[in-house]
Amino acid sequence: MALEREDVHTIAHLARLAIEDEDVPAYAENLSNILALVEQMSAVDTRGVEPMAHPLAMVQRLREDEVTEENQREHFQQHAPAVENGLYLVPKVIE
Amino acid sequence: MEWETVIGCEIHTQLATKSKIFSGAATAYGAEPNTQACAVDLGLPGVLPVLNKEAVRMAVMFGLAVNAEIGKRSVFARKNYFYPDLPKGYQISQFELPIVGKGELSIELEDGQSKVVGITRAHLEEDAGKSLHEDFHGMTGIDLNRAGTPLLEIVSDPDMRSGKEAAAYMRKVHSLVTCLGICDGNLQEGSFRCDVNVSVRPKGQAEYGTRAEIKNLNSFRFVEKAVEYEVARQIAIIEGGGKVVQETRLFDADKGETRSMRSKEEANDYRYFPDPDLLPVVIEDDFIEALRATLPELPDARKLRFIEAFGLSAYDAAFLTGSRELGDYFEAVAKATGEAKLAANWVMGELSAALNRADTGIADSPISAVQLAGLIARIKDNTISGKIAKEVFEAMWNGEGDADQVIDKKGLKQITDSGAIEAIIDEVLANNAAQVDNYRNAEPDKRGKMIGFFVGQVMKASQGKANPGQVNQLLKAKLDG
Amino acid sequence: MHTKTLAELSAGLAAGEFTSVELTEHFLARIRQYDGELNSFITVSEEQALEQARAADVRRGAGKAGPLTGIPLAHKDIFCTDGVRTSCASKMLDPFIAPYDATVVARLGEAGMVMLGKTNMDEFAMGSSNETSYYGPVKNPWDTQSVPGGSSGGSAASVAARLAPAATGTDTGGSIRQPAALCGITGLKPTYGRVSRYGMIAFASSLDQAGPMAASAEDCALLLNAMAGFDGRDSTSAEREVPDYHAALGGDIQGLRIGLPKEYFGEGLDPQVAAAVQAAITEYKKLGAELVEISLPNTHLAVPTYYVVAPAECSSNLSRMDGVRFGYRCEDPKDLEDLYKRSRGEGFGPEVKRRIMVGAYALSSGYYDAYYLKAQQIRQLISRDFIEAFKQVDVILGPTTPTPAFRLGEKKDDPVAMYLADIYTIAVNLAGLPGMSLPCGFADKLPVGLQLIGNYFDEARLLNVAHQYQLATDWHRHLPDGF
Repeated sequence: MALEREDVHTIAHLARLAIEDEDVPAYAENLSNILALVEQMSAVDTRGVEPMAHPLAMVQRLREDEVTEENQREHFQQHAPAVENGLYLVPKVIE
Repeated sequence: MEWETVIGCEIHTQLATKSKIFSGAATAYGAEPNTQACAVDLGLPGVLPVLNKEAVRMAVMFGLAVNAEIGKRSVFARKNYFYPDLPKGYQISQFELPIVGKGELSIELEDGQSKVVGITRAHLEEDAGKSLHEDFHGMTGIDLNRAGTPLLEIVSDPDMRSGKEAAAYMRKVHSLVTCLGICDGNLQEGSFRCDVNVSVRPKGQAEYGTRAEIKNLNSFRFVEKAVEYEVARQIAIIEGGGKVVQETRLFDADKGETRSMRSKEEANDYRYFPDPDLLPVVIEDDFIEALRATLPELPDARKLRFIEAFGLSAYDAAFLTGSRELGDYFEAVAKATGEAKLAANWVMGELSAALNRADTGIADSPISAVQLAGLIARIKDNTISGKIAKEVFEAMWNGEGDADQVIDKKGLKQITDSGAIEAIIDEVLANNAAQVDNYRNAEPDKRGKMIGFFVGQVMKASQGKANPGQVNQLLKAKLDG
Repeated sequence: MHTKTLAELSAGLAAGEFTSVELTEHFLARIRQYDGELNSFITVSEEQALEQARAADVRRGAGKAGPLTGIPLAHKDIFCTDGVRTSCASKMLDPFIAPYDATVVARLGEAGMVMLGKTNMDEFAMGSSNETSYYGPVKNPWDTQSVPGGSSGGSAASVAARLAPAATGTDTGGSIRQPAALCGITGLKPTYGRVSRYGMIAFASSLDQAGPMAASAEDCALLLNAMAGFDGRDSTSAEREVPDYHAALGGDIQGLRIGLPKEYFGEGLDPQVAAAVQAAITEYKKLGAELVEISLPNTHLAVPTYYVVAPAECSSNLSRMDGVRFGYRCEDPKDLEDLYKRSRGEGFGPEVKRRIMVGAYALSSGYYDAYYLKAQQIRQLISRDFIEAFKQVDVILGPTTPTPAFRLGEKKDDPVAMYLADIYTIAVNLAGLPGMSLPCGFADKLPVGLQLIGNYFDEARLLNVAHQYQLATDWHRHLPDGF
């Protein structure tokens, strides 16, 4: 499956990645090559095969409902990019 | 053209656990920003989620209460999208295999009928944080205390046909989750929020119309109003030759309007896939059966019992089983006084009105059930009249003490001594000689109406304390005799 | 001191031949001397190291030392270390000072080990040559014109050059075994779930596993004893007892059934690598093992399957790198979308961006079934191959890589050629099995790695099979010239 430049823009937007225009053709080519490699899967008959999400057949363990974490706000925010009054700041969110 | 409205609801109930769904941080409301957001809630690099047992228990309780299939094997999935209140860039939710499958519940309509609404599914997920829009130099502040609070998202079938039905459904789910004790039901704090999907179609048409989703409604009244506005808007668009756009809208309670949400304009591709950090949740039959045994009396059963045991109307019984606290309160008053109807009238009348005015709930009522029962007992034994009782209630609400204390202090005890009442009557008759003459000259069939004047004067002169029955009887004897 | 194994260092410390401070200073000096050329460390935490070394000496003085107390090691820069930069070799996390310790770091710390610093790696562990690091490539100590392998290239190179006696690594598709092979050291990827992933920055959550990298299988056993075990903070951590891996070394391997998958000896295998592996097979015969030819028929599908599963998981795992709460944030974002796109666009290197895009594409609406679901089904088939094989044999043996270390820059611009460097290691991650690589010879003076694959949670046997080989051979004792 060959990707066009437009596809690269669409995927980059979905993944919130800024891609320089000049780099788009190279990404299109590399991604197409990777998808061609992946394409080998389509030759396999997988009808009735249970998809495998985890290597081990374990089930989810449940935690007791206890408060075990203390406030560490200052520690966590020490190296945050932009913080004020304990809040993380981002450009204005419009609803 | 006649239009039919189709409504489905997605209700987000915050589960009343002590800790978050995937971390050991506290869920308490109202903490300083980001003081209840631990490394897991912040989505710091390297952290991993571990599922809270209590959240699972609560979800299963809900499933049992709506007779739903319980997902014996449910799977958490990631819903991927970027938003600042979503720290990981994905929300851990359930997609293909939810913990609660198909179920149903019945809602009460105003005409006393009930209607069954299908529950499509209910799934566990984590709540997002909050964006605070106060001005931080043109920036938005992010508080992640709420991030990771367990939510049970309850999805209904598109079975509602009016705003009133939607509101009745929301009330019913609210009463159910509070009765089960799995949600505190606090609408103001956002513990219980409703998204409504609204569409219209020509009556008789099988296919659904294009729907709009109105997000985050946190009051029963808003649900009704938002639906009404939205239905009118959609009909106007279609009748004007336009097309309804599938979109997310917000309800502006001040204007009573819905408006499009700009931030959600773009069609989302959530790229759901099973969360590899979590394993399938397997629920054993004995766990389900053990939980079933702990289910409290549910609102529907309680309603039936109220009708049968207390002789209440279906409407009153439904109202009084609207929440566990309200039902408990009523039941305590009814049992203490043996006057179920009087108890129902007081709880639904004076008390509910006062609670509404004070914008508070039954749990915070300044008058306890025992105190209200004390007041009703004084009505019952003729110590006070119903009218005086309202005055006593006021005083009790304002913290002036129990009914007996208020009655004593204010001297509101009813006058039942015939001699004392006669003395007042004599005085009233003496002061209104002309009216007495008119009465005595009137035809007997007109007198019935005319006596009301004298009753009023006597009650006024006694400051409302004279026993109205005795006043009537004695007046008649004096005037006619 | 630096030529000693962990067991020897442990004995030296116990006998008072040297202190932990002396040992630590020795390795810090070697790092200062040689790492300018190798670039195997991103951060050297000299002060903390000496502090930990002093604490270890005090602990030993108090009679509370364990077998690893006072021995230095290096952590791959993918493990969160409280108060120390944890960059994952990315510009994105260059400013990230982790506020907590990964479970692996905490456990090795509790064992008394001294952290020398954080090793270089491929950015977010995505790469097989260590060339995608924001901090520049690592050089292979055996030939500084060649790559050390990846993604745990810094860990492998630092151990190979004995700038650290041991290091931690992580392995998602071969990232411990492949660099161990290319640098001539011993590395173990345990069974999925054996070692906690908490605090290990996730690349592909269903494939990632941490493991030890050291000079010998015995050293790996000592390290795994401290690393392995259940962790309540990781839902995928196995609630299983941890055997004493070190104590389990020593039994002979008479009658051991070793499977040789024919698919691992076919086209594309370098003849010199094949020859070295054949020699190892001969050695095992001498040790009494029985050799059985087996087939893993879906081997050719491992790389395609992996390049759907791993990118899909990584595209989601890396979404938290958004410039809001930690890490890199672009200058003057004009709005929210700009903040996301430029922070991520500028913070991630090209290979990371490629994989995020492949993953986002494979999960997107309309493609999920053809890519992600299909890959999960084939993953099942690949796992079944191994389950069938382990009905006939006790361990599986083959080459770790098709070729020895390749030249720096040789595959840098051809992602697909790079991916094929992991052709023999990837299936093990898809199945979740333990695997290891140990040195078994040279090809044109470059080390060759022998891969051993075990059954689920059979690390003890795997380590002993490697250990018996290392008792009979000395490939693991060879050191590169000039260090």
